[in-house]
Parts: sequence; structure tokens; C-alpha cells
Amino acid sequence: MTHQRHLEMMVGVFVAAGIVALFFMALQVSNLGSISDEEGYNVTARFDNIGGIKVKAPVTMAGVKVGRVTNIEFDKETFEAVATLNIEKRYDQIPDDTFAKIFTAGLLGEQYIGLDAGGSDIYLEEGSSLQLTQSALVLEEVIGQFLFSKAQEGSE
Amino acid sequence: MYEDDDSPLVKIRNLHFKRGSKVIFAGVDMDIPRRKVTAIMGPSGTGKTTLLKLIGGQLRPDQGTIEFDGENIHALKTRDLYKLRMRMGMLFQSGALLTDINVFENVAYPLREHTDLSDSMLERLVLLKLEAVGLRGARDLMPSELSGGMARRVALARAIALDPMMIMYDEPFTGQDPISMGVLVKLIPSLNEAAHISSILVSHDVRETLEIADMVFVISNGKVVDSGTPDELHDSSKQWTKQFIDGLPDGPVPFHYPAPELEEDLLGK
Amino acid sequence: MKSITNFFASLGSNVMSAVQKLGRAHMLFFQMVMGMDEILRRPSLLIKQLYYVGVLSVILISLSGFFVGMVLGLQGYYTLSQFGAEATLGVMVAASLVRELGPVVTALLFAGRAGSALTAEVGLMKATEQLSGLEMMAVNPVRRVLTPRLFGGIFSMPLLAAMFSMFGVLGGWFVGVGLLGVDDGTYWSQMQTKIDLHEDIYNGVIKSIVFGVVCTWIALFEGYDSTPTSEGLSRATTRTVVHSAFAILGLDFILTAIMFGE
Repeated sequence: MTHQRHLEMMVGVFVAAGIVALFFMALQVSNLGSISDEEGYNVTARFDNIGGIKVKAPVTMAGVKVGRVTNIEFDKETFEAVATLNIEKRYDQIPDDTFAKIFTAGLLGEQYIGLDAGGSDIYLEEGSSLQLTQSALVLEEVIGQFLFSKAQEGSE
Repeated sequence: MYEDDDSPLVKIRNLHFKRGSKVIFAGVDMDIPRRKVTAIMGPSGTGKTTLLKLIGGQLRPDQGTIEFDGENIHALKTRDLYKLRMRMGMLFQSGALLTDINVFENVAYPLREHTDLSDSMLERLVLLKLEAVGLRGARDLMPSELSGGMARRVALARAIALDPMMIMYDEPFTGQDPISMGVLVKLIPSLNEAAHISSILVSHDVRETLEIADMVFVISNGKVVDSGTPDELHDSSKQWTKQFIDGLPDGPVPFHYPAPELEEDLLGK
Repeated sequence: MKSITNFFASLGSNVMSAVQKLGRAHMLFFQMVMGMDEILRRPSLLIKQLYYVGVLSVILISLSGFFVGMVLGLQGYYTLSQFGAEATLGVMVAASLVRELGPVVTALLFAGRAGSALTAEVGLMKATEQLSGLEMMAVNPVRRVLTPRLFGGIFSMPLLAAMFSMFGVLGGWFVGVGLLGVDDGTYWSQMQTKIDLHEDIYNGVIKSIVFGVVCTWIALFEGYDSTPTSEGLSRATTRTVVHSAFAILGLDFILTAIMFGE
């Protein structure tokens, strides 16, 4: 009987340890702690060129992650990209004239949307749209412009 | 209850069985009587163990029927077959004890499985069964600590735990020292007597078997070649039976496995 | 001419016997699953198997996980530092472990440790007529002996894989943060932003459950179907490990393609 007891205890410890490991993976390793899709509010931003932004790309403010890109669409009328940003609920005092730019983390890193706070007294809320945006920097265009200007300098 | 019932307990008719392409039984008929010790004898490899497995419903015959107490074993549904098996006990050659539990638990196993006895009742019953085979003192040993003869006796206690109608013994004497052999020779008929059990004994140990059997079937090459009481077999006029019972090296069963002439093999052609 | 017919005859008989074996394996699986009520009625049977299959594998799995994590940390660091991307070390370690190495290596170790033991045990029970003995005691050996072992394996595998991944992440942390000087906060925060609960962790768990089913099934079938001789048993044990390894790696490819392919 004591043998059976020992067995049961060890199995109990095993199952508990396994569940702890699963929780560890969920909380410490994955984004369960920071994810809050339903909790936030959605705003839209229009860009001429969205570059390499994908759904789930982070949205940051002053380098702090405040939300995620949840949807990207193409507007047939204006030929613009419309990105839906989900901002966490606790950041509810972002001015509505905030400037959205597309940045790249490092030279090879992935792209994200950075928000620069404006000065308005009206705050963003569900359904608002960001008017001021700056498109992604497309490396080929930049190089092209650089070469073009150099060429012009040379011809003068 | 069945005291007056003289119909055979096991009725085998026209049994055919093949293993791969090897024919084991080619038309066996047998009537095994109630409350007797019936021995089935034959040289090694004649399928005696297979016959027990067929009776126990673990194998299916290719043709023919086996009836146990009036029920056709191989026509039963699985559930009914398991119910029927509760009325049979089987003693395997190796004992087939469960190696991860001790002697007491091994004997208690079928009781725990098929009855709702209280713990004290169960303990008393198990000790009685162990007493019957003389191993009450070995209750706490593990199967690995038992000698071959003791393991077989524990298995016997387990086989009679549910008070079956019939016990099948698979080669009970093989590989036993003379003392354990003597114990088993005494145990089998006394169990038969005391509990009104019918026994089927499969063996090729002629002397011991003939000593305790009431009825003997001799099988060879897939057929019953002789049957009768031990005395009848002793006086049998059949050459084959004589050779087998007296253990003669040569006779209808040749000493040599079929082979070309020796000179041919040695000298080449 | 004769050799050609012989060739086709042997090919045919090999295919036939393989198909028959597959059929027997599926029948057995069906019977084992149908015996599920047995473990509900007697949970102690399952607990015992969880002990033998799960608890006894914990040390092996945890240590292996830790070492694999340390190697990932070291190798990852040297490769990533060439691009100045040491910050993503945590992501690399965790993604490799959670998606692939955790479930796969755990299953391979499981096949070697628990799988071979299961085959040998069941095969020996068959060889010593214990299974026949149960049958003659009117106890169904599939339900009584095999079903608890199957579910013991199925429940143990995801828990073991989670432990493997956890110790792996800690091993990578030990090397990366402890020895090579990656920033502690970066290691974890990068990991947390990139590893997705649903996409990575759930899928990893599903993988390990599938591997648990397949490994235990193969081990039990090989034992139950083994030829009851010492040679037959040793062959069956070898087959368990070989077939499990093939099945794990093959299935891993298929599952990865389904889960992470777009």
C-alpha cells in the first residue's frame, strides 16, 4: 500500500511539473502576457506605401509597444493601403493628430509602425483614423534618388 | 446438480486446424466426460497445447465444432465467451503468473476481477486456495522468487479460485523434479475428487499420466489414433500405442527423420 | 524468366504481409481505444503506467532538454553575433525548441527509453503466456494491459515535451545570458514578442500528442505482435525504435507543413 502511495505521489508531482512547464511556456516564453486583442481599440491609418509591414507587426510609441497591426487592406479608390492598428486600452490618451511612421528595426530587422504624439486635446478612440502618416522607406527609391541627385550635380 | 448428467462436457466433432500450411488437426472427434481426469497424449509437436487453446476459444478451428457444456464455443459472442471462460481454469506450462504482483495478489486476481467480495472474505478464500496447494506460507513471495514447481502450484491455486467446472492442465509434469512431480500427481486427482471438477490433462509423461487419468486419448498426425482407459491402452494391440506407451525408440514412428540412405549422403552419388 | 516471376512473387508477398500487419495494427489500436472505459473504472492502472512511462523519463528528458538548449544558445550566439543580432538569441532558442526540437527530440528519446521498454514488457508477457493466462481468466488483455499503457504514453508525451522545452529555454538562457553576456531582459522580451501562444506553443503541444499516440502505439503493437522467442523479441524492440523514429520524423514534416505553411 505504501508502494502504491509513493507511486501516486510521484505521478502527481510529474503531472504538476508538466503543467508548470506548460504554463511557463505560455507565460514566460510566449506573448500571452502581452497579448490583448479584444481589450484594445482600433484606429486606422492610411499609407501610400506600407513596405514590409505584416499583420501582427508591433505598434510602438517612444519605443514602447502599445499595440499591433491587426489588418491591412488596399483601398481601390485612393490606391492607398489602410492599416488597422489595435491599441491597448490603457493607452487611451493619444492625441488624434499623432503622426504614424513606418520604421525598420536595424538594417535587416522587421518593420514596425512608430507613433509620434501630436499636441491635440482630442484623443484617439475606437474608429478614429490617423491623418498624418509617412510611408515606408523603400531602399531602392532612396538609392535611386541619391544617384539621380548625384547625376544632376555632375551635369551642372 | 449435474451429478446425473452423463453427456460429455466437451464435445469435439470433425476438428480441422492448420497453422500456416502445416496441418495440426485433420478431423478429430473427442468426447471428454464430466468429473473425470481425461488425458490427451501424443509426441511433442502434435498440437496438444493447440487443442487446449481451441477449447478455451483462444484459437478458431478451420472446420468442425467444439461444444463446452452444450454451448458451441466458437459461435459465442466475445462477451459470452468471456463468461464461459470463467467456468474453465487453465494451468499453463510456465504458470503464466503475473510477474509484477505477489503470490497472494495473483491468486486474488480473478476474484477481484469477477466478484465483489469484501476484503476479509477475499483474503480467507485466497488463503484457502493456497492451502489446497500447500503454499499458504508463500503468500508474500514474488513469482520470480518461486521455483518452477511452486509457480505451477500457485497457478493451480489461481486456476481454481473461481471454482471452475473444468481445469485444463498444459504439460503439468514437464521439467519438474521428482518431488514436485509427485506433489502434482497427488494434487490433480484430489482436486478433481474434492471439487467435482473435470480435468483435461495434456502430457507426454506416460507413467504419471496413466497413473491419474480415467480416460486417455492418444493423438498423432492430426488424428486420434487410440483411446480408452489406461488399462485398455496397456493392452492395446495397436503398434503405435505400444511404441508410445513403452517408449520404444523405433516402431511405426521411425527413429530417423526422413532422409536419403546414409551411404548416399556420406559417399556422394 | 523464372527469376522475374520470383521477383514479383516475393514483392507481392512482402506487400501483402506489410498490408496485413498494418491491418492488425489498426485493429489493435481500435481495440485499445475501445477499452478506454477500463481506465475510467480503474484509474490506478493508468497511474501506474504514468509512473513507468512518464515519471521515470523525467530526468532523462529534463537533462537532455537543458543540454540541447545550451548547445542552441552557443551555436545561435556565434551565428547571430555575426549579424549583430544577439538580441534575438532568445527567439531563436525558444522557436527551435517549441516548434521542433521539443516535440521531436522528446519523442525520439521516449521511443528509445519508454517505447523499447514497453515492447519488451508486452512481448515478454506474451512469451511467458501471461496474456493468454489473462484471457483464460476471462480478462481481456488488450483492455487490461495495453489500454492503460497507451494512454499513459499519450498523457506523458506533451508533459515531457513541455519540460524539455522549458529546460531548453533555461539552458539557452544559462549560456546566452550567464556565460556570453546577452542582456537578460532582451533575451526574454524578444522571446515574448515573437513566440505566439497559438501558433507556436499550441501547435507544439499538438505535435507532441500526435507523437505520443504514434510512439506508444508502435511500441505496444510490436510487443503484442512479436514472435515469442528471444530473437523475435529483440527484433521487435529494434523495430519499435526504428519505426518510431521514422514515424516521428515523417509526421513532423507533414505536421509542420500543415501548421506553419501558409
